[in-house]
Amino acid sequence: MRVTQCHDPDANRPQVPAGTPTSVRLPDVDLYEYQGRALFEKHGLPVLGGGVATTPEQARDIAAQLGGQVVIKAQVKVGGRGKAGGVKLADTPEEAFTHATAILGMDIKGHRVERVMVAQSADIAEEYYLSFLLDRAERSFLCIASVAGGMDIEQVAAETPERVAKIPVDPSVGVDDAKAREIVAAAQFPAEVADQVAQIAIKLWQAFIAEDATLMEVNPLARTPNGQVLCLDAKVSLDDNAAFRHPEHAELVDRSAVDPLEQRAKEKDLNYVKLPGGSVGVIGNGAGLVMSTLDVVAYAGEEFGGVKPANFLDIGGGASAAVMANGLEIVLSDPEVTAVFVNVFGGITACDEVANGIVQALELLKQRGEQVSKPLVVRLDGNNAEAGRAILAEANNPLVERVDTMDGAARRAAELAAAGR
Amino acid sequence: MAIWLTKDSKVIVQGMTGSEGRKHTQRMLAAGTNVVGGVTPGKGGQQVDFDGVSLPVFNDVASAMAATGADVSVVFVPPRFAKAAVIEAIDAGIGLAVVITEGIPVHDTTAFWRHCVAKGNRTRIIGPNCPGIASPGQSNAGIIPADITGPGRIGLVSKSGTLTYQMMYELRDIGFSTCVGIGGDPVIGTTHIDALAAFQEDPDTDAIVMIGEIGGDAEERAAEFIRDHVTKPVVGYIAGFTAPPGKTMGHAGAIVSGSSGTAQAKQAALEAVGVKVGRTPTEAAQLMRQIMRGS
Repeated sequence: MRVTQCHDPDANRPQVPAGTPTSVRLPDVDLYEYQGRALFEKHGLPVLGGGVATTPEQARDIAAQLGGQVVIKAQVKVGGRGKAGGVKLADTPEEAFTHATAILGMDIKGHRVERVMVAQSADIAEEYYLSFLLDRAERSFLCIASVAGGMDIEQVAAETPERVAKIPVDPSVGVDDAKAREIVAAAQFPAEVADQVAQIAIKLWQAFIAEDATLMEVNPLARTPNGQVLCLDAKVSLDDNAAFRHPEHAELVDRSAVDPLEQRAKEKDLNYVKLPGGSVGVIGNGAGLVMSTLDVVAYAGEEFGGVKPANFLDIGGGASAAVMANGLEIVLSDPEVTAVFVNVFGGITACDEVANGIVQALELLKQRGEQVSKPLVVRLDGNNAEAGRAILAEANNPLVERVDTMDGAARRAAELAAAGR
Repeated sequence: MAIWLTKDSKVIVQGMTGSEGRKHTQRMLAAGTNVVGGVTPGKGGQQVDFDGVSLPVFNDVASAMAATGADVSVVFVPPRFAKAAVIEAIDAGIGLAVVITEGIPVHDTTAFWRHCVAKGNRTRIIGPNCPGIASPGQSNAGIIPADITGPGRIGLVSKSGTLTYQMMYELRDIGFSTCVGIGGDPVIGTTHIDALAAFQEDPDTDAIVMIGEIGGDAEERAAEFIRDHVTKPVVGYIAGFTAPPGKTMGHAGAIVSGSSGTAQAKQAALEAVGVKVGRTPTEAAQLMRQIMRGS
């Protein structure tokens, strides 16, 4: 349940670093608040006017257009921006300029603020909570609603579970008027906002379905002193597997990454995650096997003063020499890496092809002018493993060492990495 | 016996005329699978030749089943058509649908799952985004390489394809009754619990290897099920101890969110119910070897 990640009342995208890979294999596209707000607006949900700015001048212009008091909000996909000073009220366009100057470029938990949202501010009488999300365990969808909004819903659920209503939603029925009334009743929304909240629930569900979302969360859903109910924040995750029917989602995908190596990997469509503080570069085939390889390296590394894996890189099933070369190039260019472990189990992929890939990749890197000096430990097992090992033996590259078991190879890679530090 | 897939299973391939479908139909035939035909809308009446074996193509699953007696379908249909293909298989009343396709929108998977439930759960769905199911020496439905291991008396269930292969390889000296790759998507048809229940009932399975990974709480729920319903020995392996929170590790479902879905929590849940959990795949295999050799 992704919604449980919320640990900050004004958290826009808690705990999901901007570096989270978003290739076709990795289905969730997490939106910035301003993008979520725009999607809400498109689907007729009540939001306040607003725009996004990358410069203080733009922020001032948007504030002038909106008129009156505005709120300047740092756009980062991490929680805690309020506490970090990333949310400020401005009474004049000049004040908006001043606050935007301070917030833009701010570092919030390692995330540099590149944009601010400038939105109309509203007086708030009460704060509620409403979301739709995928329910993995039930293999269906779930509505979560509460009259205790504006704060961490996980905390509310832990301390006062009776104030958090969870209502299953069967997609074949959806949220019709009756379902909306059920949600309103279950969460005990006050009678004076019942109609508005029901309409918002219906529209939020329609948006959830129309956009192939895995999460749409409104926190706070606010009642103003004059009785109007407004969506004052928007947290949205979209399913990247559905990109084929949403070409317009392409521009919502965040191509920037916090880590420069992840950025380069992303540009080459590689399934790469940087793990800080590690020294063994890891390349393998298949998500599960690579995840397992990281663990096995970390265990083996305990023996060598706490050597750790430096990255996750899954080159997939039928990895070509070019993919292997791109992967090796990224991993070898990591200054923290002192040894590389290539761990491949040939299922459909034949190990002789993988071995050729490694040999050609090293050749390719040489041709590209890359100086390869870090040792590679290669473990090939499965389909055509003997032929693969023979190819590596014949190439006789002094940097490449073959070890025939996964645990043994991890140990050797950890040992070499420790020696190279 | 094995579970769900035996030598008597008659298999059709939805999407057999596509490149992946064709390639893997050839492999399944080579592995001894009784493939009896394929389904591609609009190509009914054609024949496809596989090294001397000519298989008929049908327009829909119902007519393929009527003509061939098929009871298993392997789905290689591209993501945008997969939902319709699986719903068609469910409506035709096929017993087992193995959905190999990767990249199906989760709303689509949820829709065909709910459809299956609404139709009375008469079709077992394995996957999507999975390597399939293999009962070594009997039949192979999907893309699991057939020559890694031979028949034996261990049952294997895993989210991950390559870890399935790795474990089959580690224990090839003992062999397997059935190996099931259930897939790493957030929503899947067959769960660890379904496989554990079937292996518990299968007279040809003596012990079970369960491979899990970070994300969700399927392993924790499986642990509860083992405590209450499984008397055969179970060995576990969990991948993702070193995965940092908030980072998706390849599989859509493999993400540690806040305090939930960690490998530590899964290992603890399994060990609490008496499941031996290996720190590496090799160690897990060794634990299983001790069980099989010791009994």
